Parts: sequence; C-alpha cells; structure tokens
Amino acid sequence: MITTSGLTKVYRSRGREVTALDGVDLHVREGEVYGVIGQSGAGKSSLIRCVNLLERPTSGTVTVDGVDLTALAGRGTRAGKELRQARSRIGMVFQHFNLLSSRTVQDNVELPLEILGISGRERSRKALELLDLVGLSDKAKSYPAQLSGGQKQRVGIARALAGDPKVLLSDEATSALDPETTRSILQLLRDLNQQLGLTVLLITHEMDVVKTVCDSAALMERGQIVEAGTVGELLATPGSELAAALFPVSGEASGDDRTVVDLTFHGETATEPVISQLSRTYNIDISILGAAMDTVGGKQVGRMRIELPGRFEENVVPIGFLREQGLQVDVAGRADLTSGEPQLVKEGVAK
Amino acid sequence: MQPLLEQACLDTLYMVGWSTLIAVVGGLPLGVLLVLTDKGGLLQNTFVNKVIGQVVNIARSMPFIILMVALMGFTRAVVGTTIGVEAAIVPLAVGAIPFFARLVETAVREVDHGLVEAVQSMGGNTWTVVRKVLVPESLPSLISATTTTIVALIGYSAMAGTVGAGGLGDIAIRYGYQRFESSLMWITVAVLAVVISLIQFAGDSGARVLHRRAGKGGEPLRFRAFTGLKRSGAPVTAEATATKTS
Repeated sequence: MITTSGLTKVYRSRGREVTALDGVDLHVREGEVYGVIGQSGAGKSSLIRCVNLLERPTSGTVTVDGVDLTALAGRGTRAGKELRQARSRIGMVFQHFNLLSSRTVQDNVELPLEILGISGRERSRKALELLDLVGLSDKAKSYPAQLSGGQKQRVGIARALAGDPKVLLSDEATSALDPETTRSILQLLRDLNQQLGLTVLLITHEMDVVKTVCDSAALMERGQIVEAGTVGELLATPGSELAAALFPVSGEASGDDRTVVDLTFHGETATEPVISQLSRTYNIDISILGAAMDTVGGKQVGRMRIELPGRFEENVVPIGFLREQGLQVDVAGRADLTSGEPQLVKEGVAK
Repeated sequence: MQPLLEQACLDTLYMVGWSTLIAVVGGLPLGVLLVLTDKGGLLQNTFVNKVIGQVVNIARSMPFIILMVALMGFTRAVVGTTIGVEAAIVPLAVGAIPFFARLVETAVREVDHGLVEAVQSMGGNTWTVVRKVLVPESLPSLISATTTTIVALIGYSAMAGTVGAGGLGDIAIRYGYQRFESSLMWITVAVLAVVISLIQFAGDSGARVLHRRAGKGGEPLRFRAFTGLKRSGAPVTAEATATKTS
C-alpha cells in the first residue's frame, strides 16, 4: 500500500548538510497498522512527511496505493494539481492536532470536503457521520479550545477521514496525550483499521504504542531502518532489539544450580500448554521468572523467561522438548546473570 | 459652534472611513504576500519580497504631510482635485496601505505553520491556505491591526486640514492655533479623545471575543460599564485554558 524505495532526505542550511533519511525502504501492506519507532532525530518525522510529500525527498520514490507520488510532484517546490488530489486521499493526523481555532469542530471536519468541492448539505451530513464515528457527535458546535486533548485528536482523526482515504498517516498522534487517552485513541485507530480496512502508518517514540496496535514495526536509527517486519517476524529474529523492547522479560535465577531459559513464541505454535506439558512429561518444577505474552488470533506471541532446576547439563532433554514444540529457546549464560540485564547466548554457544 | 463641530466630525469620519477601507483592501493582500514570498514561505520569491518590503519601508518612513504634497499630481489624476475631503482620502489611503500591510504581515506570521501543513495534507493549494487558514486564524490580530490603523489615520487626518479638507484636526489648528480660540481647540481635543477611545474599545472587544473563542484567553475588559454590550462569547472552560499550554 505504501512503498518507499531508496528514500533520502538531506537538509541544507548555510552550507551544512544534515541527512535525515538515508536510503529508507519501507513496505506497508494493505490493511495493516505499521509502526515506525525511533528516538527523536532518527528521521521518523521526515519519513512520514515524505510519504505525502509535505517534505520533498532528495532522492528515491514514494508509492501510495499504486500511485508514484514522487513522479506526480514534478520538480517545482509547489504541489501541482495531481499531487494535491493524491494527498486528499491520504489522511494525516498530527501530534499537535492542528485544528483551526476559528472554526467549530464540525467546520474543521468539513474543511477537507470544502477543498474537495463538495456541496454544503453533503458536507455537513458527512461531517456529522464522521463525528459520530469518533464519538463526538455532541461536540459538533463546540470550538476546539473547549475540548480536551483526546477529544481534539478525535476531531483530527475525523477530519483526516473526511476524504475517504485508504491510508492514514499518524505523526506522533498520541505523544501529546496522557496514557489513558493514548489508549483510547489507539483503540479508535485499531477500530477504524478493522472497520474501514484503513492502512495506518504511524510514527512514535513510545514502544507501548507499537505494542498496542501495530501488526508490523520498523526501528529507525540515524535515518535508516535497522529492523523491520511483522511482530512475529521480529520475534523470530535472534537478537532483535525491537522484539526485546516489545516483549521485555526480566528475572534472575534463584540459585546457582538453576538453568534460566528464554522462550520466544513466534505465533506459529498453537496455544498448547507447553509449560505444563513440559512439567508433566519430565516431572520437573518450573518457575516462570517473567513473561510478556499476548494471544493474537489463537496464537501465542511473546517471550517468557523460565527457570528449570539443575544445571544446564541436566536440562538438555527438556530444552530439546521445548525446541520440538516450535519455540525459540535461548539459555542465559550463567556468567552474565550476575551483571544486571542478562545477555542472551545461543544454546550451542553457551556451552 | 455646534454645527461647526458636527460637520468636522462627519468630515473626519468620512475621510478616515474611506481611507481605512482602501487601506484594508490594499494592505491585506500586500501583507499576506510579504509572508508568502518570504524565505520558507509558500510562494518563496526573494526578489518580489525585497521589492515589496522596500516599497513598504519607503512609504512608511515618509512623513504624512510630505506624502500629501508629493502625491498631489496623483491625487488630481484620481479624484480630479487637490483640495477638499476627497483629495485628502487619496494620500491618507496611500499612507495607510503600507502601514496596515506591515501589521498584517506580523499578524499572519503568528499563524501556526502546522495548520498550513494540515491544509496542504488535505490537498489544499496556496489560495486555500490563505483563505481558510492565514486570514481566519489571524482575524483577532487583524482586527487589532485595523483599530491601530484607524487611530493612526485619525491622527494623519488632522494634517489633511492643510489641503482644506476640514475635519476635527483642521478646526483645532484654525480656531485654536490661528485664532487663539483655545476653548474650541480643547473641545476638539476632547472629542478626538472620546472618538479614539471608543474606536479602540470597539476594536479591542471584537478582537477579544474572537481570541476567547480561539481559547487564547485575554485580560478582562477594562471598561466594565460596557461589558453588557459585549455579545457573550463561548464560555472558556478550565480545561481549555489548561490545554492551550500543552
């Protein structure tokens, strides 16, 4: 749905060059919620603004819904008619809402429809319908200044949906909101994604946002995408920083003669009670030190840190059993356990 | 004495009214253009920006009485005469256009760039941005700018007496200065003070009502006696004032 290839953005000011994007290849599938996460200055904002060409990429191409936007843009700095039409089919939500303070909530939602040249009656019908969709039908005549942050963002979302877009870009939409409101806005985005089949590309610096709504995620650092994939794929990638951050597990061994094992559920194994099977089959006591698990569509996704009695040598068979269940198994090296965050070592290497 | 003052008041209002109207019609596009053509603007054009900026600066720096004399030829071409109320409107308007344009520029520059981006992301062009964002969002400041311009024009119009245009300033000079009738001069001064206060108050109230609605707060009105006249604006909730700081 959204594809960027070799996207580069270099800012020049007073002879200095700053590379904000350094060859970004992004691929967002239709109907998914895709999160790009990174620290400030990583280039996330430049990336999302290049997607609807609010920012002109220095090189590379952007394709949204099969239309090559970079080709439409031409060379001039001003947006031509075709690009403006293409933009009207891409909704965008902003961190600071960007609502016009001089207009009522309803008039704000009608603004994109005015730009599209839709008649007055049709505009107000559509605007009220959208306000109803985001749960703000009673605020149509209010001014943005009278709304709370979460309500403002709902208006922002309703406005972004006015042009019936297939794609919604969210530029840190929840970063100015408190955790509770963030959750409700993310839930709304999720609902819209499912009800309308909307493809959502969101950028954020909060791991929680990715964890709550995203089907896929990418990690950006210094203008480059260093990791990308569906949540399952990321989990399956050994040493994935994103997977570790999305599903953090911690907990230390309770004694010297214990084996700590990290299990990763990729979402390919069905929800079989692996742990209790292990316990019964080998007649061992297992303690769960920490876990970050989710069940998505009947499949378990996440990570779990368990402790088996006895040293690693005594646990080769149970670990083999876990492998057979299709789990990724990492055994924590004992030497590293003492130094805070244990470093994971692949089983073969640890021995 | 009373008909004299009445006529002078009407003359002043006539001159100031027309020249304000022309100043707004001419200065608004000029001020918007100054912002649009500036570096990083939507119609970035350094040459046009510099030219307009220079013209505005030169016109602004010219003392009004000299402008009036310098424009005599132009005035005659436009209204067919160089004396009288109509003749005064031309230099008043020409002097006020750059003045108002600078005020517009400052007001429009204050508009959050995020709003411009939002409209661009909806597929709006530059004209849409001007019409739907820049002007409506800066309206409270534009009203204040108009008030300032009117007050300045009342001041300028006092000098219009030198081309036989009449008005309050003219009375003060002719009767007060040239005929030593200081009582009449003080009366015109008082009338001017009242007129200016009323205009300033009206402008401030208008701007404040819009500001309130936009959630930008604002001090309580100073003239408590007049608050009854004010259309009650949308109530500002505690929440609104809290969110504006975010």
